[in-house]
Formats: sequence, structure tokens, C-alpha cells
Amino acid sequence: MEPVLEVEGVTKTFAGVRALDDVSFSLRPGEVHALVGENGAGKSTLIKVLTGVHKPDSGTIHARGVISTIYQEVNLIPLMSVASNVYLGREPRKRFGLVDWARMNSDAAALLKDYGIDTDVRRPLGTLSVGAQQMVALARAVSVDADVVIMDEPTSSLEPREVETLFEVIGRLHERGIAIVYVSHRMDELYRICERVTVLRDGRRVHTGPLADLPRLELVSMMLGRSVGDIRSHGATAFEGDHEAGREPVLRAEKLTSGNRLGGVSVEIKPGEIVGLAGLLGSGRTETARAIVGDLPLSGGTVLVGGKQVPQGNVAAAMRAGVSMLAEDRKTEGIIPHLSVRENIVLAALPKLSRFGLVSRARQDRIVDTFVKRLRIKVSSPDQKVAELSGGNQQKVLLARWLCTEPKVLLLDEPTRGIDVGAKAEVQALIDELAKEGLAVLLISSEMEELLDGADRLIVLKDGAVVGELAGEQLTQDHVLAAIASGGADD
Amino acid sequence: MTDTAKTVDRTRVARWLQEYGVYVAVVALVLFNIAFTANFLTVGNFRTQLIQAAPVLVVALGMALVIGTEGVDLSVGAVMALSAALVPLYLGAGTLPAVAVALAAGLAAGTLNGVLVAKVGIQPIVATLALLVGGRGLALVLADGQLIQLHDPDFLALGNGEVLGIPVSVLIAAVLAVLVAALVGKTAFGRRLVAIGGNRRASVLAGLPVNRVLIGVYAICGLLAALAGVLSTARLGAGDPADAGLLMELSAITAVVVGGTPLTGGRVRILGTVMGVLLMQLVRATLIKHNLPDSTAQMIQAAIIVGAVYVARERSSR
Amino acid sequence: MTAAPTMAAQDSTRRELMTGVLQKQGAAIALVLMVAVAWLLFPRFGSLDNLRDIALQSSFLAIIALGMTFVIITGGIDLSVGSVYALGGVLAAYGSQWGFLVALLLPLAVCGLIGLINGLLVAKTGMAPFIVTLASLLFARGLLLAITTEGATTYKIPEGEAFVELGRGTLFGFGYPVFIAAALCLIGGLLLRRTRFGQAVFATGGSEQSAKLMGLPVARTKVTVYVMSGVLSGLAGALTAAYLQSGVTVIGVGLELDAISVVVIGGTLLTGGMGTILGTVIGVGIRTVIQNVINQIGTLDSNYQSVVSGAFLLVVVVLQRSLARTTARR
Repeated sequence: MEPVLEVEGVTKTFAGVRALDDVSFSLRPGEVHALVGENGAGKSTLIKVLTGVHKPDSGTIHARGVISTIYQEVNLIPLMSVASNVYLGREPRKRFGLVDWARMNSDAAALLKDYGIDTDVRRPLGTLSVGAQQMVALARAVSVDADVVIMDEPTSSLEPREVETLFEVIGRLHERGIAIVYVSHRMDELYRICERVTVLRDGRRVHTGPLADLPRLELVSMMLGRSVGDIRSHGATAFEGDHEAGREPVLRAEKLTSGNRLGGVSVEIKPGEIVGLAGLLGSGRTETARAIVGDLPLSGGTVLVGGKQVPQGNVAAAMRAGVSMLAEDRKTEGIIPHLSVRENIVLAALPKLSRFGLVSRARQDRIVDTFVKRLRIKVSSPDQKVAELSGGNQQKVLLARWLCTEPKVLLLDEPTRGIDVGAKAEVQALIDELAKEGLAVLLISSEMEELLDGADRLIVLKDGAVVGELAGEQLTQDHVLAAIASGGADD
Repeated sequence: MTDTAKTVDRTRVARWLQEYGVYVAVVALVLFNIAFTANFLTVGNFRTQLIQAAPVLVVALGMALVIGTEGVDLSVGAVMALSAALVPLYLGAGTLPAVAVALAAGLAAGTLNGVLVAKVGIQPIVATLALLVGGRGLALVLADGQLIQLHDPDFLALGNGEVLGIPVSVLIAAVLAVLVAALVGKTAFGRRLVAIGGNRRASVLAGLPVNRVLIGVYAICGLLAALAGVLSTARLGAGDPADAGLLMELSAITAVVVGGTPLTGGRVRILGTVMGVLLMQLVRATLIKHNLPDSTAQMIQAAIIVGAVYVARERSSR
Repeated sequence: MTAAPTMAAQDSTRRELMTGVLQKQGAAIALVLMVAVAWLLFPRFGSLDNLRDIALQSSFLAIIALGMTFVIITGGIDLSVGSVYALGGVLAAYGSQWGFLVALLLPLAVCGLIGLINGLLVAKTGMAPFIVTLASLLFARGLLLAITTEGATTYKIPEGEAFVELGRGTLFGFGYPVFIAAALCLIGGLLLRRTRFGQAVFATGGSEQSAKLMGLPVARTKVTVYVMSGVLSGLAGALTAAYLQSGVTVIGVGLELDAISVVVIGGTLLTGGMGTILGTVIGVGIRTVIQNVINQIGTLDSNYQSVVSGAFLLVVVVLQRSLARTTARR
């Protein structure tokens, strides 16, 4: 059978870094093909090359038809109606080129029923749940007579029921001979619906083959580049795991409630303890951290640090009380790109470094020096613009910023996301060190291994509520998934 | 390989132009004038140019701060008009009270803008638009639409007097430039301002008093605009709210942008702003001296704005 | 890889829509109330003559605001409309010496060209619309000065020239410009709500990045709306010249702000992605009624108009924001 998509020797370089290095693979009609790899392995670059966003530096792409994509973030227009979104750019028309609303709406309604969406198609897309929006995106992608549909982490914001619908749809697409490239890190899903798998690592294709007979451990080891035995015995992180916690909790967050995002979440952390927050995307982990640091308006609940209540909704007050947070997205929420490393580090500690409003250069230099050394931040000089640093070093700069504030409680939201392996290990080791020194740490991570290795205790969240607390022997992936699966409002 | 090399070169050129372009342009224009303009290299001419540029610089300093926070203040011209209307009304009580009232009005206007932007969350263009629309009208109402001649010698000295051979207004502008530069570079307020313009969200998460800084920035801008209004009124010798500060927001924004301060915020270049003001002043003067009409001057100014912003635009999308 | 949108995004969408809808309804109610009150307080207000006058006064701004609505919905702004309007008037008067066609087409062509340059700069180079159109404002004014010998020459349209009819002719007592404005607004509304182009306009303003990913001609859409804005402003200027029988050089200063005001008052979101022509028309109505009432009072300084307009805009925008906030607190 002739392949519907043929990729040969594609290479793409960005600023000296090989995002894709001589990647080849082919797709048969109707095939459901898994594309896996760690962050930075090249998956998103490959997708962008396939959809024409980037031109490959070398290599060829032969596509025998239309390629459609649905992304992890729903890339539709929230303010426009559901039907409008489905047919945007291809609206059915009447005489004089006028849009035929009636037909568009009825066509859209009929189309969406197949995807489990039974709602008024005239309502704005943004009022639907994220899962429903994702379905609309999928319906649109398929309806353009696509021969290949690329799905980038499609289930990351879906309810289990919606996931089932998605799989039904994928089954139907498969029967119609439409090929699917399924990008995900969720093993269960991959093994359930995908026939073959291509593994990318550091921009290179390291494996392509049938999925059914491939043991999971082997798949993971190929993704990570570690041998199977290694993973089994040492784990994949630099956490050492044993901390001595104090007796009284230094942080007591009680019954945090905010709209329908947080429903009475309570978290306690003792000094020297690393508490992890586990849960699916959208379960309220980031919201919990934000609430504790005062960045989320609360309709109920209190935060106590060292026994004293912290005024709500005010980041500065939380920081004065000793709480600091490393935000999830360092690019949009962390670094001030055009300022120097020095300025970025001292940003939160300005009140301490200035007298009568004038900033003391000497004190700045001293602090910056200390942290650059301690965190091993690779810079040509503290005056270097922080935007020029690698992801790992930027993350260290941000950690230095928060450590400057001498916090009692440190909230870390995805501290090792998108940074290279070496820096990752350094950051993890540093977190360990800080806990040993008596810092109370809240750790949010979407990498299960990191969470299980690093945390002393795990709080499992689902839909904005706590559905389980795990410690000691219970710190395994199965326990976490079980807690997520069984916990919940409608069970 | 060639593609990336070309883009890198272009970016480097663009960045160099943004950093130093204005200095080069000023030097080039000065040289041109020395060669082709009669009486350019005279003390009298320099004096005239500097006196004309002084109020623009004062406004541009405030505008640079606002633009540094990724905002803009379209109401500076209207605030100047308010000064032009208020000074004659209070000059009877003395120069100091009159100036104080004008400055207070500017401060109040700026604070209002700041509150609208920071607390209410309105976009700077819209917030300052309201004052732009209503401010000049208010000034005209206060002055009964009249141009009022002023005769108080103390007040007029602000516009025409000299200290050690340097015109008062020029001295004030120069001192302010130094002060504002120090404010931006050395104070916590200034560093916070730059951080907020660079990444607002990150600044909030770092516990910076964002609202306070924003209100402060717009207040300073209003205050400086009022001061510029006082200076230009003093030089004119009359309170003319219909004409005072007309299109000043354009001149100020042009000078700031041409001087290398990006509209996207995060960087404030005071020296660049000073150069920008001088450049625009030189452009205008050169065109006038060579008998090029107002129309050409405006079109050239427009082209310069576009050129400067084009060169300065960030490649990364926001 | 960013986190998936949470409930916050749904709230945000609801908020924006509610704001726009309430805004428009609020504006409509305000207009009705104003007209009613004015009718009661000022006997001259309700006279047919006055109503015809109001309609004529509104028509020029309406045409300009029509173009501005499209631009704002795409998330942009056009600060050059006032100068382009004045330029259009001068060009029309200047071109009238060569007959009706030139008088009409010259301003449309030149002003459309300026709009084209605006659009290309915004769409292709990613420069901020407000600075690009600010430069155009200056440029257009300069051009105007250039062709009128620094503002000294006021071209008069020759007596008996057919072009004048366009501005001064009446049908049932209402000036032609009223009908032209009404027709254009109807067409504009149709274009916005019932064509693929209109959908592309909403999409571009709603989420430019998504629109691009969905394969929409975002750049082309942007260029088109700026060209429209230029042409419509030029047309309004030409009609004004016809009405005044000459190309007045000093008009249009600050007109862009009036245009933006009425668009915003009518419920179109400045952030883009949402808006209606009807709302803009209501906004124009409100503004003209205010002007007219101030004139009726007679004793008030005409400068009060701008003060009231400024205050009104302020109140409206603040209300818009507070509305957005309260609907979110659920």
C-alpha cells in the first residue's frame, strides 16, 4: 500500500541547535501512528515541518493529500460561534457570495453529533468546556477532507468520557482510511489505539515499529536513552529522597476555594518537607500554588505561614510572609527578557537592597555573586541579558530570584520543564539541598518520575479538589492513577 | 545555513541602528548644516534651537517613562493647554502660585490617567484619549477661548531669562533630563518601571507594586507636560490654550521612539530621547532654513517615525 | 507547551461578549432616553428641520466610523482618518475643476492609497497600528498643506458643478449624504455579518494566531480594512467638500478621536473580535444628539462639546470595564 505521508531525511536547525536530525518515517492510509519523545525531542518541530509552518533545511516531505492538525491548546476563535469555527474560511454560500447561515448551522450541528457534541452551534465557542472545544477542533480538522490528521496531546484536557468519544472517532477515521499521527506521553492511550510507534530523541529517530509487542519499559528507555536496568534501579531523577521534616507545619493552606477552579483544597507543609501536587492537566495544581502565593482571588479559605494569617489576593504580602513561587511558564511569567541576569535576580528583593529608594549596587553585586556561584549559573557576566541564556540557566536565575527573598515556603511549578538533562539534574539536586536546609517545598510536576522521586508526600488533585494523599510505600504511579480514577464528584 | 546567516546580519544591523542610529543622524545633520546653512554655527542659532527644543524635551522625558511601561500618553498636549489656560488666571497672585496651580493640574490629570490604566484596567490609548478629547476643550472654556497677553516680568523670565548665559528653560530641561535618567537607572522605582514594561506578569508575581508604579509614571508625565506648558507659555508671553502643545504628543512620541526606546516597553533610553528631541528639532530647523515648507516638514517627520519604528520593531511577537 | 485553558478562559469569553452586548443595549437605551429628554426640553429639537440637520451632521461621521469599526474589530486602530478626511475634501474641491468624476474619484484613490500603505505596514511588518496611523496622520496633513500652498488656498468648487449636488441635494428634505451613509452602513453591516470576509475580520481580531493556523488570509484582511477606512474617510471628506462647496483645510482635526469614541460607545470592543455596525450608528446618534443639544442650549461655549464628549467617552469606557469585572465575579 502506498504511503499517504512520506518523510525522508528531514533536518531542521534553529540557531545552531539541531531540532531535527535526518528524520524519516512513513505513514500508511488509515494507520494510527504514535509519535513519542521527551520534551525537546523534536516532536513539535516535526509537526510544524509537516504542516508547513517551518521549511526543513534538508530532506523531503511527500504528502498524498491534506494534512490537518489539532493542537494541545485549542487554536480556534473563542468569541465566534461553534458553527463559525467549524467552517471558518469555507463557509457555505448563497447568491451574491453571502454566507448561508442556516445551512452552515445545520451542517455543523449534524457533524458535531458524531463527535458527541449536542449543543446550540450558534453559541460562542469559548463558552464550551475545553473538552468540547477540542472536539470541535477535531471535527473541523477532519471535515476539510483530510487524509492525515495530526493530534498533538489531544487528551490532555479531556474528561475520561470525552477520551472515549475521541477514541471512537479515531476508530471511525481509521475505517475511512484516514491516517493519524498521535502524539502523546500517555502510555495507556498509545498502547490502546496505536499500531506503530516512532520514537524521537534529541532530534533523531531512534525507533519505528509495531507497538503491540513492545514492552513499555523498553519504550520508555528508548525515549530517555537509558538502559532498562538503569531506570528500574536508579529512577530517572537526581532526587535522593530522604528529608527530615520539622514537626509543626510552616505552611497551612486551608479550604482554598475559588469559583469552580478550586473547591476547598487544603495543603500543609512542614519545614524540610517536599510535598508534591499530582493530578491531570486542569486539576487545579497551578491554581493551588497561585492561591497560596496570593495571585488567585479566593472566595474562601485561609493561608497561614508560621501560624500567622497571610492577607489574601496580594502577592507582595505573601512574599513578606515568606512565600515565593516559581511560576510555570518562565518565558511569560518569569524572566524580564531585556534586563540583565543581575537585575532579574534582584527583582523581588529590591526593597531589601535599597535605601531611600536608591538601589545599592554593592549589595546587589554581592548577592548576585553568591547565587551565581551556588547555583552554578553559566553566564559570561552578570550583565548578560537573561534572554540569551539557555532554558536551564534561566530557570536557575529565577530560582536565585526567589531564594533572594529568603522564603520559608517555596512553591515550584514545573521547575524542570523544558530544560536539558544536565540542568535538570542540577535543579533537582538543588531542591533536595534546600529541603535539607529546612525549606518547605511544594512541587508541581507533570513528570511522574520527578514527582514520585522528589516528594516526601503527594497530594492528588482532581477537578480542583483533593482526592487523595499518598506517602511512603504509596508513592507509586499506580496509586496516583488509582486515586485520580476513583476520586471525584460523580462516583 | 545562508538563510540564518543573512537574518543574523540583518538583526545585528537593525539592532545597531536602533542603538546608535539617532546619534549618527544628529551628527550627520549637524555636519550638513555646518556646510550648507548660513549662520548655523552661531551662538544665537544654538540658543534659538535649544530654547525651542526645551519644552519638547521636558514632555518627551515623561513620555519616555510611560512608553517604558508599554503605555502611551496622548493627553500631554491637552495638559499643556491647561497650563496655558491656568497660568494667566493665577498670575495675579504671583509667579509661584500660578506655576504651582498649573503643575498641580498636570499632576492631577496624570494621576487620573494612571488610575484609569492601573486600577480600572483601561488601555492607555483609550484612557489618555478621553483627556485628549476633553482637556483642550476644558482649557478653552477656562480661558473663555481667549489668548491672554502676560506681562509679569518674573514669569516671563522663565521663558526668556538666562542663568550664566544659559536660557532658564534649557537649564531646567537639562537638569530634568539628568534627574529622570537617575530615576530610571538608580532608583527602585525606575528599575521596577522597566521590569513592569518588560514583563508585567512576572513583575506581579515578583511582588512589585505595579499599580503604584504605573500611577506614578503617568502622574510624572502629567506633571512634566504641565511644566512644559508653563515654559512655552512663558516664552510666548501669552496664554494660548488653542495652540499650546498642539500635536505635542506626536513630537514627544517621535522623539522617544527615534531615540531608541521601544514601544513595547522594558527599556528607557534617556540619552537617546534627548538625541531624539535634538534630531527632530534639527530636522525642522534645517527644513525651515532651506525654505522647505511646513508640508514637507510634516511628511518627512512622518517618514522618520515610520523608519525609526520599523528599525526598532521586535521580531518576537507578543 | 502551555497548560490547557481552564474555566478562566470560558469566563473571559462570556465576560467579553456580555460587555459588548450590554454596551450596545445600554447605548441604544441611552440614545432613546436622550432623544426623549431632548424632545421634551427643547421644542426646537423635535422639529423636522432639526432632525434633518441632525441626520446630515451624523452622516459624515457615520461614514468614517463605519471604516473605523472594521479596523477596530480586527484589533487595530486608525488615527489618520481625520487628516485623510480633510485631505479628501481638499482633493475633491481641487479635482472638481475637471468635472464630477475626478472630483469623486481623486480623493477616493489617494485616500485609498494611504489606507493601503497603512494596511501593508501593519500587516506585513508587524508595526503597531497606532504608530503607523499616527505617522499617516502627519503625512496626510503634510500632503494637504503641500497641495494648498501651506493651507493658504481654499479650492472652491465651481458654481453649477454637478458634484455639489452630491452634498447639497435633498430627497424628502434629507440630504443625499444621509442616504449615502445609510446605504453604506447597510452594505457594511451585510459585509460584516454575512460574508466570508466579515468572518475573517472577526477571526483576525478574535485570535490572530489561531486565524493564521486555520489558514485564513489574515494579512489580506488587515490590508483590506485599512484601505476601506481610507476610502471611506476620503469619501466623507469629498461629500463634505460638496456640501460646503469648497475644500476647507482646517477641518478634521481630532476627528479620529470622535470616530473611535462612537465606535467604542456602540459596543465594539477595542481589543477586537467583536462589534456591530448598528452599535456604531447608535454611537454616532448619541454624539450628534449631544452636540445638537449643546447648540440648542445656545449659551454654552462650543468648547463644551469636546469636554462633554471626553467625559462621556471616559464614563462609557469605565463602565465597560466595570461590567467586565462584575460579570466575572460569579
